[in-house]
Amino acid sequence: MTSLDHTRTRPAAGGLSLATLAPWLMAALFLAVMPFIFADNSAITIMNQMAITIIFALAYNMLLGQGGMLSFGHAVYMGLGGFMCVHIMNWMEDGAISMPLPLLPLFGGLFGLGFAMLIGSFSTRKAGTVFAMISLGVGELIAACSVIVVVFFGGEEGVSGDRTYGIPVLGVEFLHQIEVYYLTAFWLMLSAALMYLFSRTPVGRMANAVRDNPERAEFLGYSQRWVRYYSFCASGFFAGIAGGLFAINYEILTEENLNLATSGTILLVTFLGGVGFFFGPIIGAIVFTLLATVLKLHTELWQLYVGAIFVATVMFFPGGLAGLLAMHVAPWRLGKMGVLVKPYLTTLLPGVIGGLGLAGATEMLFHAREAAEGDEAMGLFFMEVSSHSPVAWAAVLAVTAAGFWLARRGAPGLKAAWDEANTAPRGRR
Amino acid sequence: MSAALELEGLRKSFGKTEIIRGVDLSIGRAERHAIIGPNGAGKSTLFNLITGRFPKTSGAIRLHGKDLTGLAPFEINRLGLSRSFQITNIFPKMSVFENVRCALLWAQGHRYSFWSLVSRSRELNEGAEEILEQINLTARRDLPAGVLSYAEQRALEIGITIAGGADVIMLDEPTAGMSHSETDYIVDLIREVTKGKTLVMVEHDMGVVFGLADRISVLVYGEIIATGTPEAVRANPKVQEAYLGAALEAEH
Amino acid sequence: MDLVLVNLIDGLVTGLLLFMLSSGLTLIFSMMGVLNFAHASFYMLGAYFAYQISKSVGFWPGLLIAPLIVGVLGALVERYGLRRVHKYGHVPELIFTFGLALLIEEIVQFFWGRAQVPFLAPEALNFALFSISGNAIPAYKVFMIFISMAIFIGLLLVLTKSRVGLIIQAALSHPQTVETLGHNVPLIFMGVFGVGTALAGVAGVIAGPVLGTFPGMAIVLGSIVFVTIVVGGLGSLWGALVASLLIGWVTTFAASYNVGMMDVLTGLGFTPPEDLSESLFRDIWSLTLPQVGPILPYLLMVMVLVFRPYGLFGKRDV
Ligand SMILES: Nc1ncnc2c1ncn2[C@@H]1O[C@H](COP(=O)(O)OP(=O)(O)O)[C@@H](O)[C@H]1O
Ligand SMILES: [Mg+2]
Repeated sequence: MTSLDHTRTRPAAGGLSLATLAPWLMAALFLAVMPFIFADNSAITIMNQMAITIIFALAYNMLLGQGGMLSFGHAVYMGLGGFMCVHIMNWMEDGAISMPLPLLPLFGGLFGLGFAMLIGSFSTRKAGTVFAMISLGVGELIAACSVIVVVFFGGEEGVSGDRTYGIPVLGVEFLHQIEVYYLTAFWLMLSAALMYLFSRTPVGRMANAVRDNPERAEFLGYSQRWVRYYSFCASGFFAGIAGGLFAINYEILTEENLNLATSGTILLVTFLGGVGFFFGPIIGAIVFTLLATVLKLHTELWQLYVGAIFVATVMFFPGGLAGLLAMHVAPWRLGKMGVLVKPYLTTLLPGVIGGLGLAGATEMLFHAREAAEGDEAMGLFFMEVSSHSPVAWAAVLAVTAAGFWLARRGAPGLKAAWDEANTAPRGRR
Repeated sequence: MSAALELEGLRKSFGKTEIIRGVDLSIGRAERHAIIGPNGAGKSTLFNLITGRFPKTSGAIRLHGKDLTGLAPFEINRLGLSRSFQITNIFPKMSVFENVRCALLWAQGHRYSFWSLVSRSRELNEGAEEILEQINLTARRDLPAGVLSYAEQRALEIGITIAGGADVIMLDEPTAGMSHSETDYIVDLIREVTKGKTLVMVEHDMGVVFGLADRISVLVYGEIIATGTPEAVRANPKVQEAYLGAALEAEH
Repeated sequence: MDLVLVNLIDGLVTGLLLFMLSSGLTLIFSMMGVLNFAHASFYMLGAYFAYQISKSVGFWPGLLIAPLIVGVLGALVERYGLRRVHKYGHVPELIFTFGLALLIEEIVQFFWGRAQVPFLAPEALNFALFSISGNAIPAYKVFMIFISMAIFIGLLLVLTKSRVGLIIQAALSHPQTVETLGHNVPLIFMGVFGVGTALAGVAGVIAGPVLGTFPGMAIVLGSIVFVTIVVGGLGSLWGALVASLLIGWVTTFAASYNVGMMDVLTGLGFTPPEDLSESLFRDIWSLTLPQVGPILPYLLMVMVLVFRPYGLFGKRDV
């Protein structure tokens, strides 16, 4: 939405070159060796969750980043795909049908696709605010239905299944986390590649055009509504695949998989990562999953911080993390990254320290108010402090103030350095 | 044989004010037709009615004899009519090359394909490169269109319009805001790419109009007060009085 | 018949409450093109501020002060947040207000905890004003109706009689032309945003004691408010009013008439399946009206969008 789509495909080079394949091969290799580096079960669980979130975020960005459609109800397509897959797992358990488990996500995808085709038929009529509101309404509607249509959604407790009843593939019955990991990784690679290729098809290209200037696209022979519809359906398909993988991983789906909180989280993940680039949501999913996991371990207030980071991102870095990375391509090409090091150290670093100080003060305030009477000791940044001690309060406030003051003082210098780093030496353009 | 474009008793009102007040016009195949007239006469509105951007109030519009009533812009475009805009209307965040390539997609029959890759079609990419060559923007091909200079964006606008190879091309003030040399270049380009095609254009530069047009219509306050060859229109006293006199004076 | 009357009153209370939110939201949307996702969060803030104030000085000062604080907060959000994001376009603006809604909920939880706080109606209004065949109508409900009515009349007067109101009206009907009027548009925007959020704050103060003051109250009502303005037609004040009352009554009536699908279907001549608990259609048979009540607004919205894409009263493209 804010950054640019650079497509540098030279016309003649239509085929697959090593340069275009290299990132994909590296990613596949990376996925293959990760379990050897992080072998324990909890790490693998986190990686599985990451992979599912990546697929979902990429699917979400087909709407937001590539098609300019903001959805507040996309969890529905993932959730429905997931519910369907749990039911299929149960049918496999009953012996009603049988198939290999790795095929299951495909059915989740098809179910998501079917639903997207239905809802999209009226929701994609308009983009922008209207689309956003319809997506919200439909999302709430289906989330609310989950307590009514007990047959499908299982009411309050949801539906659960057992993944191990599929036809074994090469003797693998998916009893172990690691087997599920490779299944998930396979679908991650496949879905990501397909979504990337979709963005290079005629309708994928026109999705960008319609996002940028829907009216002009109409004067080129394309109906903006149908272009959006195709993106929407494709996105529903891949969201459904993510849902199928969720079903395989957790073997249970509940109302939580459909509701606004989940839809909002994927918006947050995608936006943090950056909507302007294909790989943005991937970064977003990885960083968010790690951040949430780590923060959750250390503080009850993690959602407060995530919310604050999100709002700050929208206000100050609308390109997200990918946008921040991409901003540095020009200085890198010009060989001027060196110019930036010092201002980063003197401005951004104090800014971060100030932010951490503020978080520290928040934690102390929270502890002072919430902890039991007489319990004054709390852990803060690997230290033991008393939440009632004036000295500790003075220290944390001083750090915060100093950090922000330094950051503010350095801001003009940073701006100047940034401009300098982005200007080519004379004689070159 | 029917005319390429035919307007009959065309009217358009915005609220209470009638902007187009009964226009009859017939433009033949492969004719280069210029529409001139003072600011606010309704020239752009006429374009918007023909291309389906605004619904008409009454009257008829026919393209190659086919009635266009109720058709959306994209449907009209598919019938072989392409237009440019007075206010530059491009895809600012996409690269210049992408802009042109998108303009070729439908015309080359790619439709809503999600099973073929744009980079795989030689015809598509070479076609886009060719257009870029024509509008002199090859050096800019990978820049986002939004950062081009005004004149370059105008050239891109024309490139997008002609890319699909439509046989009726409508240009709304293609040379507005361009320097003399840029204007000359664009006029040559227009002449070249509209060979054998029907061209309808709104233009204020009388040099361009008289150099390019086979026939001219003069639109004043939503009515066509004269239509004919450049010589006839120039000699028409009504036109002299209402518009041309002032416009020609301004030229000198 | 008496139950109908009671429901009419209850529905009116809900509808007017909805309108207090949806009117502000519509005003802001029409003027600035921004759909404020955090609008219901300001409603929640109104309730919490009033609760805090009521703890020390009682309910009545809170009714006045809390909306003022909320309005000032709203104006600040417009000035330092929204205006900054504005240049990126409407979608990022919407994302910004969405993020704000998340953040406000977290902040409220930080200060007041996750549980409901005991925000109560004032003693003075804690009695049954009259009763309709055994159903007591609390005075507080009547008070809510009066307050909302008074606010609308005030709003109507401001919109039709004052200079600012005329500018706002011009902006509503010709959004492009306001800039050319030569008025201080940013200031008007800030003002409208402040007033709109203050209205939400008032709604929060008077609804808090009845509907409960808890961190989820914004989400619960927020989605319904959005549905309301979509149903009414984005940007139409009359549409917002009609849709608010409609939804207020529909949900109230649905909640109080225990009509089961079983009765409807057998009435239509269907026979229930032998073994209901095993049937695939058991959910349809066991459906009751109070059960579907909460989803009726959403169903209504989908229907309206399918058959009247601009909403009941909307005419503008967004
Ligand atoms: N969408 C619209 N709504 C209301 N009035 C319009 C609209 N578009 C154009 N007009 C009016 O129609 C008249 C003709 O405008 P236009 O066709 O742009 O003139 P021209 O292109 O000949 O300079 C102007 O007075 C303009 O204000
Ligand atoms: Mg014009």
